Amino acid sequence: MATDIIIHDQKDNVGVVVIEKVSPKQECSCWIMENDGSTNIQSMDEIPLGHKIAMVDLKEGDTILKYGHDIGKVVKSIKKGEHVHVHNVKTKKW
Amino acid sequence: MEIPKSFLGYKRENGRAGTRNHVIILPVDDISNACAEAVANNIKGTIALPHSYGRLQFGADLELHFRTMIGTGSNPNVAAVIVIGIEPKWTKKIVDGIAKTGKPVEGFHIERTGDIGTVMKASKKAQEFVMWASEKQREECPISDLWISVKCGESDTTSGLASNPTVGNLMDKLEPLGVHLCFGETSELTGAEKVCSSRGATKEASDKFMKTWNSYNDFILKEATDDLSESQPTAGNIAGGLTTIEEKAFGNFQKIGNCKFIDVLEPAEEPKKGKGLYFMDTSSAAAECVTLQAAAGFNIHLFPTGQGNIVGNPIEPVVKLTANPLTVKGMGEHIDCDVSKILSREMNLSEAGDRLIETTIRVANGRLTCAEALGHKEFVMTKLYRSA
Repeated sequence: MATDIIIHDQKDNVGVVVIEKVSPKQECSCWIMENDGSTNIQSMDEIPLGHKIAMVDLKEGDTILKYGHDIGKVVKSIKKGEHVHVHNVKTKKW
Repeated sequence: MEIPKSFLGYKRENGRAGTRNHVIILPVDDISNACAEAVANNIKGTIALPHSYGRLQFGADLELHFRTMIGTGSNPNVAAVIVIGIEPKWTKKIVDGIAKTGKPVEGFHIERTGDIGTVMKASKKAQEFVMWASEKQREECPISDLWISVKCGESDTTSGLASNPTVGNLMDKLEPLGVHLCFGETSELTGAEKVCSSRGATKEASDKFMKTWNSYNDFILKEATDDLSESQPTAGNIAGGLTTIEEKAFGNFQKIGNCKFIDVLEPAEEPKKGKGLYFMDTSSAAAECVTLQAAAGFNIHLFPTGQGNIVGNPIEPVVKLTANPLTVKGMGEHIDCDVSKILSREMNLSEAGDRLIETTIRVANGRLTCAEALGHKEFVMTKLYRSA
């Protein structure tokens, strides 16, 4: 089955869309690079190529993990399958 | 894939090898650009490197100016150099610095002669240099004569997923063969700074990295008027799905593969500790960073992009790669190496690394990069602070 989403690390709570876009309610197949694992998720939003999808429910103040590392904080709660970007996540630096 | 053991380069007087054979007309300062460009227009096969600075600079900023000028002229991709400045003293300082390589170099100053007289004298010498250089032949050089610098730009999440790790894979394969490697972009390691520091080959290198990063970060915090959300990540980065500087940093960091850096260089500083990976303190702006790396002596550059950065350099060929299929489709004329099949998992990272090595060797042997064919020759000096 074609891969719709790639996840860098098993610990990550976001994945990256690698097809032109995913649509709301789309069943997506995910590949985990770190351990060659796989999982599935239903998308809630339309999410374009290169943009991130929440793999779990996230609440304000939670840390986003990608590459297995902290890449910022949640500033507006996010449901599993929703688009994760500048509207709901901010840097912890600067 | 068996990695080629050699490439066809130009052997220089100081033992280095070039992937190109440029004769450059180097202005010392902004007001000498017109003269330098007139000479390059007169004498075919030469190239002028106009820039914006070189007057009333002082202290570390002036030292960096000289280091960049002398380093650019000394780069093995340059066969011979004409230096043109307004005043004799700084012109001579740059000529003397470049002359240490043993390559032909001559300086001209404009004061008391004027542009027209200077253009005539410098053009005669430039013609002599370019005709001499045109007889230089490519010869077989060991792959360890490659000095490879890297920097990414207009990054998106495909950079961190695929094109940057492809560069990392190349580094892992070429480092054992004795090449020099260099990464930079101090500010774009923000968020990944501790992980990056842990990749120093020695405690000294790690500590030097943290000191360099802290100093750059303090400067950003001092000058920042907002959260930099308009600058870092850039609008292009955000359009491509990158949300925070930390995310961009971890993607950026994939370019060094599993290598460890042996030293931390000042901007435009030539590496002195032999083969291996170096970190250079640079801005993350593409043209500034590549200009500094070229001035440190690197002779071929690898540039992964996501959304499609188009930068080139006048003396160091810039090889572009991307993993973003939309970038390949929309602006393929800028992409030397397409690794977008990593995303569809039709190509693995090692295959992508091999493809990039193959492209790198072809370009080192003389194949024009897309940026060269399209005329990109961005030469951008880094300025540390205001002039006196």
